[in-house]
Amino acid sequence: MPRPDRRSFGKPKDTKKAFKDLFLYLKPYVVAIVFAVIFSIIVTIITLAGPSFIEEITNLITKNITNIPLQKVAKLCIIILTLYALSAILNYAVGFIMSTVSNLFSKKLRKDISRKINVLPLSYLDHTTHGDMLSRITNDVDLISSNLSNSIITLLTSALLLIGSVVMMFIKSWLLAICVISLSLLGFVFIAIIMKKSQKYFVRQQSSLGQLNGHVEEIYTGHTIVKAYNAEEEAKEKFTSINNELYNSAWKSQFLSGLMMPIMALIGNIGYVIIAVLGAILCIENKIDIGVIASFTMYIGYFSRPLNQIAQITTQLQSTLAASERVFEVLNQNELENENYKTQKIENCKGKVVFDHVRFGYNKNTPIIKDFSAVVKPGQKVAIVGPTGAGKTTIVNLLMRFYEVDGGQILIDDIPTTNITRENLHDLFSMVLQDTWIFNGTVKDNVVYSKENVSADEVVEACKSVGLHHFIKTLPNGYDTMLSENTSISAGQKQLLTIARAMIQNSPMLILDEATSSVDTRLELAIQKAINKLTKNRTAFIIAHRLSTIKNADLILVMQNGDVVESGTHKELLEKGGFYAELYNSQFED
Amino acid sequence: MKLFLNNLRKRDYLYMLVLVGLIVVMVWLELEIPKYMKDITPLILSGAPTSKFLKIGAKMLLCAIASGVATIGAGFLNSRISASFSMRLRYNIFSKVESFSLEQIKRFSTASLITRSTNDVMQLQMFLSMGLQVAIRAPITAIWALCDISSSHWQYSVATAVSVALLIVTIVIAVALAMPKFKKMQVLTDNINRTAQENLEGVRVVRAYNAENFEKEKFEKANDALTKNSLFTSRVMSIMNPMMNFIMSALTLVIYWIGAIILANTPVSQITAESFGETMSFASIAMHVVMSFMLVTMIFIMLPRAIVSIRRLNEVLNTNSNIVGGDYMGNTNNVGEVEFRNVSFKYPDAEEYVLRDISFSISQGESVAFIGSTGSGKSTLVNLIPRFYDATDGEVFIDGVEIKDYNLKALRNKIGYISQKAIMFSGSVKDNLVFGDNGKNEQTNEDLDEALKIACANFVEKMDGGKDAFISQGGTNVSGGQKQRLSIARGLARKPEILIFDDTFSALDFKTDKKLRSNLKKYLASATKIIVAQRIGTIKDCNQIIVLNDGKIVGKGTHDELLKSCSVYKEIALSQLSEEEL
Repeated sequence: MPRPDRRSFGKPKDTKKAFKDLFLYLKPYVVAIVFAVIFSIIVTIITLAGPSFIEEITNLITKNITNIPLQKVAKLCIIILTLYALSAILNYAVGFIMSTVSNLFSKKLRKDISRKINVLPLSYLDHTTHGDMLSRITNDVDLISSNLSNSIITLLTSALLLIGSVVMMFIKSWLLAICVISLSLLGFVFIAIIMKKSQKYFVRQQSSLGQLNGHVEEIYTGHTIVKAYNAEEEAKEKFTSINNELYNSAWKSQFLSGLMMPIMALIGNIGYVIIAVLGAILCIENKIDIGVIASFTMYIGYFSRPLNQIAQITTQLQSTLAASERVFEVLNQNELENENYKTQKIENCKGKVVFDHVRFGYNKNTPIIKDFSAVVKPGQKVAIVGPTGAGKTTIVNLLMRFYEVDGGQILIDDIPTTNITRENLHDLFSMVLQDTWIFNGTVKDNVVYSKENVSADEVVEACKSVGLHHFIKTLPNGYDTMLSENTSISAGQKQLLTIARAMIQNSPMLILDEATSSVDTRLELAIQKAINKLTKNRTAFIIAHRLSTIKNADLILVMQNGDVVESGTHKELLEKGGFYAELYNSQFED
Repeated sequence: MKLFLNNLRKRDYLYMLVLVGLIVVMVWLELEIPKYMKDITPLILSGAPTSKFLKIGAKMLLCAIASGVATIGAGFLNSRISASFSMRLRYNIFSKVESFSLEQIKRFSTASLITRSTNDVMQLQMFLSMGLQVAIRAPITAIWALCDISSSHWQYSVATAVSVALLIVTIVIAVALAMPKFKKMQVLTDNINRTAQENLEGVRVVRAYNAENFEKEKFEKANDALTKNSLFTSRVMSIMNPMMNFIMSALTLVIYWIGAIILANTPVSQITAESFGETMSFASIAMHVVMSFMLVTMIFIMLPRAIVSIRRLNEVLNTNSNIVGGDYMGNTNNVGEVEFRNVSFKYPDAEEYVLRDISFSISQGESVAFIGSTGSGKSTLVNLIPRFYDATDGEVFIDGVEIKDYNLKALRNKIGYISQKAIMFSGSVKDNLVFGDNGKNEQTNEDLDEALKIACANFVEKMDGGKDAFISQGGTNVSGGQKQRLSIARGLARKPEILIFDDTFSALDFKTDKKLRSNLKKYLASATKIIVAQRIGTIKDCNQIIVLNDGKIVGKGTHDELLKSCSVYKEIALSQLSEEEL
């Protein structure tokens, strides 16, 4: 995946609010930052004083060239060196403080976002892409932390240095100051024009790069097909043509943006010439001392450097604020309700589940479930079937309270699910979903997951009962094999692992949401047997589109457009010859 | 280093030569300017007329402008060299990856290969574009300036050398301390990313298992590791700036001081007006020396990242495809026969075999099906025919010739392989159908229409622009079933001698499945058809059905024969259809 460009200059929507959020978050570090600010002010003052000392030394030497007061010079030099050393130490202190603050700050941001992920309602998470959320955790946080610490201090010192050097230059010689400053400003205008020009090539480069990434991704992902169809040459040709385009825009944009440095240097040099020549003339006319020339060459550097930095930081600050806005958008989201006040608890769950006139829609205007009622007796195996979009998975979302019902209620052992905590509710169910979820860890880690005190034998037993044991043995390190994106493991095998995980959980009720859809039918039959063993005397909800798998369910609920249109056993429903029978027979139509 | 040399052309070397020349000019001019200071000082002290200053000023200005022009020229060459380098490197990486076998791709992982071809190359281009000039310029400046200074009083040289040494020691220590942690940084960042991604992807599972704390601890561990690491590096690296500032300011001061001492110890009679001017110009030149070393440090800061990228790219470039073709170009008389002789296969480093002792033969025009449960090795088996993998033991023959003797292109031209997961490329429907090269004439429009018809892909006619309709990357603008039918049409359009359907039919609805099978029988009777399937219905009518279980053949025969003789087959059949439906 091509990552979003870190340096993209986003603009904040509401600058004031972004600032406020950011500074509220920085509050714990305020003392440290204040220290850093004070230190850097001292450093700046020392920096500004430096040239004046040099000037004094120069004057001391040139005015008494035949009889230099070495003692005085030495005394001055030692004072200045001490000041420089002090400034270096303070400077490092600033660097140390700010890098600590920014690292701790970004750690806190990352931690808070990750905590937030687990307390945000699914209704929010389902509407954001993972890539977007991840880029907030990494790219945006990085951007904030690396820019923020820089920006605050640099902006401050730059401004001080800029104003200070202008003041100093004017005090020393207003004529020289005007000449030099106006020259520098002229140079900046010139640079700004070039930057604007090079922007065009940057955009072009970015788009070629995007195209190239797209092509590479596509060809690498389709490697099998490229090979099988002898399309290597074709792919290379296309690659070369994009690559050439990229070359053209790349060197142009690089060249143009690279012009900045030589132009800055040129301006610096011209400034130097002006100081030397004009300074000399002024000196002869006795308007200034020769030492002023020496100090001016330093001040002009102090003037143009911060000018440059301030220009950079304003764009940086803008993208920092935009990034922090994106981060705080997540952090300021409403969280799930705190349920500590709920005292009711279901312990020895019997497994009676009642849906009582349940109403629900992902948005209020388009109801998905209109009026759903059903009674599930303890230990029953309930199958929910129906065409795509009938609302089958929604039932699970409501049962687990991933989403809250809009009307009606769901009761377990005659207690409404809203009366107990979500944690208690989740403890009642083992769940296997269509989207198999395997994380980076060993096979064993994946099967055990968050459950504690699970023995190795139990893991092997669970894997055997889903028919995975043989496969796991073929892996390089058996049960200790790390599962990552590089491990060759099929979708079906992943699904079996998640079923084994559910077996280890051993909860009183079970939800299987299309849990066997990527497993072949024979294996499915075997898993069914294992599941049947597991679900003995336990309530189980099975959602399936493959009707062959749910033939032996105790109760089949047939859903259509959000309502249960038929219910009964397989046999009853076939005899009835309704919607279910139609669905079932379509499998065999020739 | 080799990586850089291998990816530059003759022209780039010429550019580089000119670049060195330009940089020499640049350095000369830049060092020339402060020397005029030396000339100006005595003039001030002696009160020379304005015209003399203007003359010197004009010379200085000329130097400044000429130096600016040289710098711009150098920048031009530099950007061409680095862009051209990255272009060639990128191409070499891409063609290398194209030559990889499936197993090698898997080993690197597709995602990693993508970042290597894009980000890592970009990283190196940036390194080259910034580093090249500095690398040439710094030593030239340093040597030149040192020569200038050393021709005068040695004390100046010593002061400069000490500063540079101090600078280098600081940098070396800082980098040596931070380097190992820098190297770890990417891994730790990836780790954070992955942990968060897993949490997001499995958010329902996490909640259903009440595993929020489990996830939180996992993330906090990753977060702590990253913070600790980056805290250390940034603390160490923040010593650089104050230290450099200190060294530079102190050096100027010390040079003035030395100047004063030297002057004080010079007999009054020998003091000329130029003496102190010399000191002032040395202060400037010394600054250039320190600056050039400072630029070198920039390279050192960028170096660790570049080294990591170089290593990652070399890994790709030094891997040679482990599947190499022979010379046999294929025989046209005797077509479509496939034979496996005692073939076994296991993945490298795996404990157990995926396939064991597989033997069978298929004659021209036959349709043969492979069935078995997940993980029984049926897909792996057919992947051996186009040599996506090579058998660990035993041989595979096509038309009586061992497949390892075939030229890879010739071998794959005999085969039409259609994968389980339909893969589409961005471009028109037609581009997708004529994808690649079948070693024969370009397919005509009629050929394509026929392929579409056989593949039941009539929907193409209704698409905007028909065969010219646009398919977006990954085929996201057509449905899964449509993609599958297009990929079947693509395989058919090649008119191969052997068609391999690698679990292609499972994604089709029952009706299309049936229609397609009858089309194949009707229009492609002469092609050998090898079908991997899950549904009994798909393969019922095949000439031969081979049943696999745990990598071994447990049954061979027709549907009716197998129902009687093979218990595994019967189990599969019964899991899908009831007794009476059979």
